Amino acid sequence: MSNSTPKQPQNGANGDTPLTAQNAEIIQLSRKDFVSDQEVRWCPGCGDYSILAQTQKVMPDFGYPKEKIVFISGIGCSGRLPYYMNTYGFHTIHGRAPTLATGLKAARPDLMVWVITGDGDALSIGGNHVLHSMRRNVDLKMVMFNNRIYGLTKGQASPTSEFGKRTKSTPAGTIDTPIQPLTVALAAEASFVARSVDTHTEHLQQTLNRAGYHKGSAFIEVLQNCNIFNDGAWRDFTDREVRDDRMLVLEHGKPMIFGKDRNKGIRLRGLCPEVVQLGENGVTESDLLVHDEQADEPYLALVLSRMFWPEFPVPVGVFRAVPRPTHDELIVQQLAAAVASGGEGNLETLLRSGETWTVS
Amino acid sequence: MTATKERRVPTQELERVTIRFAGDSGDGMQLTGGQFTRTAAVFGNDISTLPDFPAEIRAPAGSLPGVSGFQISFSSADIHTPGDEPDVLVAMNPAALKTNVQDLPAGGALIVNSDAFTQQNLNKAAYASNPLTDGTLKQYTVFEIPISTLNERSLEGLDMTSKQKDLTKNFFALGIMFWLYERSMDPTIRWIDGKFKARPVIAEANTRALKAGYAFGETTEIFHTHYRVAPAKLPPGTYRNITGNEATALGFLTASKLADRPLFYGSYPITPASDILHQLSGYKSFGVKTFQAEDEIAAIGAAIGASYGGALGMTASSGPGIALKSEALGLAVMVELPLVVIDVQRAGPSTGMPTKTEQADLLQVMFGRNSDSPIPVVAPATPGECFDLAIEAVRIALKYVTPVVYLSDAFLATGAEPWKIPALSDLESIAVENWTEASTFHPYDRDPQTLARKWAVPGTPGLEHRIGGLEKADITGNVSYDPDNHHRMQILRREKVAGIAADIPPLDVFGAASGDLLILGWGSTYGAIRSAVERLQAQGRSVAHAHLRHLNPFPRNLGDVLGSYRRVLIPEVNLGQLSLLVRGRFLVDAIGYNRVRGKPFRISEIETEAERILDDIE
Repeated sequence: MSNSTPKQPQNGANGDTPLTAQNAEIIQLSRKDFVSDQEVRWCPGCGDYSILAQTQKVMPDFGYPKEKIVFISGIGCSGRLPYYMNTYGFHTIHGRAPTLATGLKAARPDLMVWVITGDGDALSIGGNHVLHSMRRNVDLKMVMFNNRIYGLTKGQASPTSEFGKRTKSTPAGTIDTPIQPLTVALAAEASFVARSVDTHTEHLQQTLNRAGYHKGSAFIEVLQNCNIFNDGAWRDFTDREVRDDRMLVLEHGKPMIFGKDRNKGIRLRGLCPEVVQLGENGVTESDLLVHDEQADEPYLALVLSRMFWPEFPVPVGVFRAVPRPTHDELIVQQLAAAVASGGEGNLETLLRSGETWTVS
Repeated sequence: MTATKERRVPTQELERVTIRFAGDSGDGMQLTGGQFTRTAAVFGNDISTLPDFPAEIRAPAGSLPGVSGFQISFSSADIHTPGDEPDVLVAMNPAALKTNVQDLPAGGALIVNSDAFTQQNLNKAAYASNPLTDGTLKQYTVFEIPISTLNERSLEGLDMTSKQKDLTKNFFALGIMFWLYERSMDPTIRWIDGKFKARPVIAEANTRALKAGYAFGETTEIFHTHYRVAPAKLPPGTYRNITGNEATALGFLTASKLADRPLFYGSYPITPASDILHQLSGYKSFGVKTFQAEDEIAAIGAAIGASYGGALGMTASSGPGIALKSEALGLAVMVELPLVVIDVQRAGPSTGMPTKTEQADLLQVMFGRNSDSPIPVVAPATPGECFDLAIEAVRIALKYVTPVVYLSDAFLATGAEPWKIPALSDLESIAVENWTEASTFHPYDRDPQTLARKWAVPGTPGLEHRIGGLEKADITGNVSYDPDNHHRMQILRREKVAGIAADIPPLDVFGAASGDLLILGWGSTYGAIRSAVERLQAQGRSVAHAHLRHLNPFPRNLGDVLGSYRRVLIPEVNLGQLSLLVRGRFLVDAIGYNRVRGKPFRISEIETEAERILDDIE
């Protein structure tokens, strides 16, 4: 997989060039159009502010009029986001946002549907729905705010909290092994999987833009800081001074090189990745893994999804983006096929089907 | 059919006959009963059926838990129930005999497959001695027929294993019954031809088995009479045979057309509701979208999502699944979106007895949510009525922009009756417009008449707004923690549902408008109550029957009706749920009659209880 020549990205862009809508000249909207009249009520300094701002910034990219965009959320701090978007919005119940999005998209394929969720909402109470909405390839863009903590309930361990983490509910340290959200999404057959960081605003915009243009289930993990209950959750590798050495920015078709001096890379040894120094022990660029977000099988993406600080630089960007028929398309196809083979249903005939008899 | 040895057998006219087919769950008893039902229905009898099968798909062959039964009552008069007890019991093996013979009255006819009474099968049914020879069946008219042997002989020459041949013996038994009750084999032969089109050998075997059974009745001298049950004098019209689940599916499809809203049906498989999903998933050419969800919560979540998008969102389950849907149902109350939730009730609590009937989810659907969370509830009384109440549920959901619960049960779902097919032109449109006017839009602004909020769907320009489970400010729909606003909203939600009482028919009473005893029922107890009341009225007793189709809100005259009788009896297949509501609401000292045996009431049970109360008054 590492040496195959990657296909071109499906949208004609590779993550560093924002896309623009084909009909952008018809619908000219700006960030302001997507700001609702509601006062934003997250804690000052919360990473959610940046995610909201980047989301509002990229919305005009897609060429959808705002009445055709719907934000659906579950419960948790992230769940408030729809109130702040001047689109249609539905703040649902804990963990169930993907189910409402599935029904909405099935009923209304014309809408652009975003799901806003958190690590507890998506991976704990709503884990089943994430799994199934991804495997069905429901055309929704799921943005999961991962702060490794339950914030709205004031600081309990979440499914992504590190092993041994002491919280209000785990004073002796959590004994649950955390899960990697992207590994889960890939295992669930998500057709678009990406990661970004709340404070890396440009990268976050690019990632949301790519997700918005993806047709099918998009799962975007946003590493987000909860400055009240889990401050500095990601700081060890996201801070400006260290990020270049501790993060790996994935680019389709490019070798996996990172580091301030662009002198480190990722090589595959057997089934496991390893960090190598370019120029040392005869290692050259040609030894490195080349990113391919469109590989038929998600092996490479799965390997990347397991790489994490401090053993590895943390990969960000688009892990996987493959075309697959969407749930709503398949539903509509089956309806059309039924009409094509037997004509449009006739209710009068249906009611009178089977054996009938007449009493006079 | 013309047999080689024609013999003259006298025919006796009967008004009503009840037959129970019982056998192993692999013996095809449901199919046999279903075919007899179709034939009787097409002939023009009034019919009522009670399938009774185990939850196990194939319990060990010949075992007591593996017995599957199907009772059909057919009549030349108007009937309401599948009969208290069978006149004829067809028992295909010892286990079927053992579990059913106690329901057969003395003198009843018992047809047994004597081939199945082997020592091994007798052991499985825990018979110490063979009931066919030990004299225990002497109060019945027993017809011992070696059905397996005779059937196998009739299939000689067909390229099938003996096991495959044995699987057709139910058609032999059906053939005997067709001869005994002078029924045409044609509808069943047509059905076999259609069903086994791709497998001509199987079609041939089943047809031969059926004809051989018929010929057996005709030519052997074991039966001395056959019986005729004349067609019933049903109101003029075109009829078909229908089960409650079939009528439910057709009713909701029809409602979606009357409402001009595409039907979206999210469901998770559960007995006895799954057949509705199966049926609706076949209506793709009508634009029906069905969604088999990953769980009960996803099923209702998707339905709410579809409703939010302007479709007719629906979901269905049985008691355990309704419990799982409760939180989402509360969300539907809070966001005030139309939604229909079907609950095909079964015996509980927990997994309970999945294939057996009960009507014990009434309080769950009324109150099984956090806080005060009012939801309209409707309940059909007969299989055919499932169609009408489906339309009524959708009418209320759309007009009042509210979730509605539709309470069916296992007896209604699988039971069948003749159904007069309605003319579509007689059905009223229930179309409701969405709000599109931006200048006057507030998401929680209400229609002053119905109190329905202004329902605007995504895609409507200028009406972008946010809804959700958090309490909303009256009119503006902004998130609100204002104490007075919450109180006002709770009252508004309650008043909206209560106000529907002005928009539903008053409760109809069968019998005198006042008197000694009113029997008040709801749901599938209709048939047994009505039959009991007819018998008692014929004896001159002062009894009336009223049957609720709307359980929330109640019809506006219910209090007056209750007050017009000296006693009120409420029979329910639960431990007193409607009784609790009626007592709480009207302070009426209603008497409960409650039996939860997984079976519908018998007419005689209601009759006896009513007589006891009447005798007490006098």
